[in-house]
Amino acid sequence: MINQLGNYSLVFCVLFSIFIITQSIRAIISKNSKFDGIFYNLVFLQLFLVVFSFFCLVVNFIVSDFSNVTVYNNSHTSKPLFYKISGVWGNHEGSLLLWLLVLILFLFLFILNSKKSENSYKLLTILFQEVIIFGFLLFIIFTSNPFEYVFPTPIEGLGLNPILQDPALAIHPPILYLGYVGTSLVFSSSLAATVNKSINSDWAKHIKKWIFASWIFLTLGIMLGSIWAYYELGWGGFWFWDPVENVSLMPWLCLTALLHSVLVLEKRNSLKNWTIILSIATFALSMSGTFLVRSGILNSIHTFANDPSRGLFILIFLFILILLAIIIYFSYEIKNTNPSNNFFWLSKETAVLINNWFMMYFLSVVLVGTLYPIFLEVISNEKISVGAPFYHKLMVPFLIPFFIFMSIGPRLKWIKDKFTKINYYQILILILSLVISYLIVEYSGVKYLFSTILISTSIFLFYSSASDLVKKNVQFPQKISHFAFSLLIISILVNGIYSKEINSNMKVGDNLTFMNKKIEFKSINFEKQDNYNLLRGNFEITEEGKIPINFQPEIRIYDQPVISTSEADIKTNLLNDNFIVFSLLKEGEVFNVRYQQKPFMIWIWISLIMLAFGGSLALIKK
Amino acid sequence: MFGKKVKLRIIFLSFALVSLILIVFLILKSLEENVVYFKSPTEIKNLSELTKKKVRVGGMVKKNSLEVNSKEISFVITDFKNEIKVTYSGIVPNLFEEEKGVVAEGFIQDRKFFVAKKILAKHDENYMPPEVKKALENN
Repeated sequence: MINQLGNYSLVFCVLFSIFIITQSIRAIISKNSKFDGIFYNLVFLQLFLVVFSFFCLVVNFIVSDFSNVTVYNNSHTSKPLFYKISGVWGNHEGSLLLWLLVLILFLFLFILNSKKSENSYKLLTILFQEVIIFGFLLFIIFTSNPFEYVFPTPIEGLGLNPILQDPALAIHPPILYLGYVGTSLVFSSSLAATVNKSINSDWAKHIKKWIFASWIFLTLGIMLGSIWAYYELGWGGFWFWDPVENVSLMPWLCLTALLHSVLVLEKRNSLKNWTIILSIATFALSMSGTFLVRSGILNSIHTFANDPSRGLFILIFLFILILLAIIIYFSYEIKNTNPSNNFFWLSKETAVLINNWFMMYFLSVVLVGTLYPIFLEVISNEKISVGAPFYHKLMVPFLIPFFIFMSIGPRLKWIKDKFTKINYYQILILILSLVISYLIVEYSGVKYLFSTILISTSIFLFYSSASDLVKKNVQFPQKISHFAFSLLIISILVNGIYSKEINSNMKVGDNLTFMNKKIEFKSINFEKQDNYNLLRGNFEITEEGKIPINFQPEIRIYDQPVISTSEADIKTNLLNDNFIVFSLLKEGEVFNVRYQQKPFMIWIWISLIMLAFGGSLALIKK
Repeated sequence: MFGKKVKLRIIFLSFALVSLILIVFLILKSLEENVVYFKSPTEIKNLSELTKKKVRVGGMVKKNSLEVNSKEISFVITDFKNEIKVTYSGIVPNLFEEEKGVVAEGFIQDRKFFVAKKILAKHDENYMPPEVKKALENN
């Protein structure tokens, strides 16, 4: 019953979509300047339908209606309610429904938010966004309908993959989607402004909000995934250059570039073409991310099902959209109203451009690293993987100039600046940071000239952005975000250099000495929880002159499906994370134990939150 | 010969072109150095020359082959045709078990011996790396 309701409201959604598309085309052609609220109502109804449909799926999951294939495949009666609900988007079909929901929600918010904009521009945006919505609707209904049913009704479901049963991962997909899908609106609006020939400062001011909003959610979404990887999956790592991580990083890099270039468009009415190209590219990257993940081309935890027809559909859809964008981009000339299109070499505009170049470079490195293995496999059937060394080697050297430019850039004025402002004081700081970083590198035993330079530039950046905090001529949100970024860089570097770890295979009663600490494996207890059995290890770490600390990492053996996961025990303080995780090795006698000391871990998360917070300040500011 | 503006533009363009070429060269070069090839035990046996580079080996963990001491573990990866012994010290994923699929990343010592630096995590009891699946199907 609920199943059918959900299904029918989706079908109705398609009808609405077609109706809105035809109506908006008619309104555009007839140049009907009266924007008579009809679209507002239509989109509202469409939103209502898809929310209703989503709600039906949620109810299906809550009551564990296993006649629904999606519920059957991904849920189980013994699962806690919270994970029953998060299971809605923990699978392919449900997550696409959520994606669709956000698509329509954003269009609705756009209509609400753009009362002052020109009618023809608004209509065009609605048209383009509806085309995307239409495509996704077809995709959902024909290749991944969440409301398919099985008969006879199974008694019990197959369960949700236990590693997904985690609070951070429950909210990771919706947040990330808000970011991804936000770029769709930027895309539609850019195309609309191109057709409408209204790319100017006002448009930049208007679209900036959407760019910031997407960027904030994308940042937070990536962070949540990373936190989850840190304690659940990665055994202490937080970024693995896994293709699926890369796929979320690419739109982020592009969006970050866009975020900066749109400011130039706003302030100087320049960089129009570039801004449009970036908007299109950002959305294309978000879409191809979905394509790569959903098609099963990239194999990872995010690949729910390998169904070639889905991949093909998204690929064709993506192709059509990009083709449409390119045709529109080339058939409507973008006039530069600003006569002096060349920037003075020492100006904020140039600094923004430099930022964009770096972003594009980083983007292309990630792009090649992610796609090359796929192409190679298609062409030569050779299977390869590209790991961290590739990315580090290509990106890290370029971070040095990037940091230096980033320290100077925000202080420059628009249009034209003078050289004299870079004073001796700053040079002194640079030298000081060189000395400090030399000491750091010397002390940590990583004796590379290269690391010294890298650390000193990042300290320099940290100093510059910190001293910008008290300056008046820099925008407040920007200060916060730039400072947060420099904090992030320093934390990652310190974390990378000073992290220490030890792995060992231990039995109960075994001891281990590591950096004048004694790690003792005292005992294990068994406990029974609702939908898993628990093996809790008791470890005691004693350091001379300090109170011993108890660690209790867990191994959980879930009933349905039978999978074991390791839950790390992490003791966090401002300087260090102490991290213990253990896993089953052989018939439950010997355990694989890893102890890690990860300095500055908490600062990585704090700086990321701060980065997003800076963005949201910019959003609130009118 | 050229006006000042044109000259500037030519300089800029050639600069951009050179840096683009450099970047492409850099990316491709480091790609070549840093890719990790996937091999099955049979493929390793048939290698004409043993590589010093990092590779991945995939297959099944042979029954009763897992040995554990306090420093490291060792096991045998088999594709049911040929096998290779692997030693590893480090953390193993929870789904690492005998008679299950595994992918080990590390260095080939000789045709029968492999030192792993990493055992790849799999997150689903039914999941098998496509490489393993293919290698198993081919044999």
